[in-house]
Amino acid sequence: MLKSKDLLGIRELDIPEIELILDQTAKLEEVSTRAVKKLPALRGKIVANLFYTPSTRTRISFERACKALSADLINIGQLPSALGETLTDTALTLQAMGVDIIVVRHHLAGAPVQLARNIEASVINAGDGAHEHPTQALVDAYTIRRTLGRIEGLKVALLGDIRHASAAKSDLYCLVKLGAQVAVGAPSTLIPEGLSEFGCQVFHTVEEAVDAADVIITTRVSLDYGNDKLLPSLREYSRFYSLNTERLALAKPDVMILHSGAINRGVEITATVAERARPHLQRQIAAGVTLRMAVLYMLAMGKGVA
Amino acid sequence: MAEKNRDLIRTGVVADRDRLEELLDDLVERVAREYAGEPDLAVVGVRAGGERLAHLLADRLAGLKGSPVPLGFVDITLYRDDIHRLGYLPEVGATEIDFPLDDVVVLLADDVLYTGRTVRAAIDELIDFGRPKAIRLVVVAERPGRELPLQPDYVGLHVTPAPGELVLVRLDDPEPGVFLYRR
Repeated sequence: MLKSKDLLGIRELDIPEIELILDQTAKLEEVSTRAVKKLPALRGKIVANLFYTPSTRTRISFERACKALSADLINIGQLPSALGETLTDTALTLQAMGVDIIVVRHHLAGAPVQLARNIEASVINAGDGAHEHPTQALVDAYTIRRTLGRIEGLKVALLGDIRHASAAKSDLYCLVKLGAQVAVGAPSTLIPEGLSEFGCQVFHTVEEAVDAADVIITTRVSLDYGNDKLLPSLREYSRFYSLNTERLALAKPDVMILHSGAINRGVEITATVAERARPHLQRQIAAGVTLRMAVLYMLAMGKGVA
Repeated sequence: MAEKNRDLIRTGVVADRDRLEELLDDLVERVAREYAGEPDLAVVGVRAGGERLAHLLADRLAGLKGSPVPLGFVDITLYRDDIHRLGYLPEVGATEIDFPLDDVVVLLADDVLYTGRTVRAAIDELIDFGRPKAIRLVVVAERPGRELPLQPDYVGLHVTPAPGELVLVRLDDPEPGVFLYRR
């Protein structure tokens, strides 16, 4: 059982909770192979997707997971903030309409935490600014464990925009908790200060970070950064930091490559390497639905329990 | 299971180890003889209580037919009708049915038939995998107290416990047998 009614971040979870989520995901994996890919467990439960910043993969993944468990899903299309309504007012409105679980993505770090304090419904953080994106990290951990059989002792390189990507932070917390050796490789402008305090190694070259890696997780680098002062240019980033065939050769021969978010080919990862990673990425996306099913189930069942 | 069956006090023995083995042998033999000629056959055990019986049935049928019989398991957790009122999180177990169920006779195996709610859930789950030609219910023990209109096709033992008593079949514990318990 999860201790909290909400899933706000990996840092709030202890190791047994993380392992329980991964184990329950494993049990649900066969559902996607059935003729009828639907379970009745969350019949009568209502889930709302409240996405203040765009996301295709995460939003659809939650939608698939809800539908596979027979929950009713409300996708909030037009954002209430456009009408000047606060996040909490919106959530209270949803709660009054009987919503049991709110999946929220927001540009401000801490918005889901604030929301969770003010409503009884469960809140799942689907990415809050640069802060956390716990389900994505759990998906990555699950995909690694499923493919390589373990996480403890593995060398994992995190590349790309570590500063802004919520998933990269959650990946880091999650993999360190589960005993992986995490090495971050990115320009200093894309690494938050003090990151090494979280138990990872910080490098400013990709070559050092991917050396002998079992797993490489690349994070999307926004195409906008070339226009501000974070990067001299996208071309320069690509030249020095893109995961290309030469840099990939420094990792273990059967290295597993995962990616969070939409791929910018030729920026954080070359088209050739992205193609090579395709089977892993497909597995990561499929696991995303199953893992979110496990999380929705566990949160929905936890409710109403003393 | 652990949370459901804690603090139970044993109040009687319906069948000891030897009697249980005997009645399992009889039950398996009876069912296997009847279905050995069925060309499209599968055995499915309800987790966790029906697993041992399912294995025994599949093994005996394979022996009689001279070829393996598909064997699967259903975990009914996500199909329970009381899932929202349990007061704890029932952990999901793995359902394993890696063969087609369309137009197959399914022998559904469980330990005790009581209210019938577990069997209802198991049937609903099976039907999500396909449309079996028929589903036959085989149970080690049957007791009164049905809450749904379901009856077994093959029974090892009929038990009539006193009000408030539970019937538990222990198959793999250090002490196998059919026992009565009280909370």
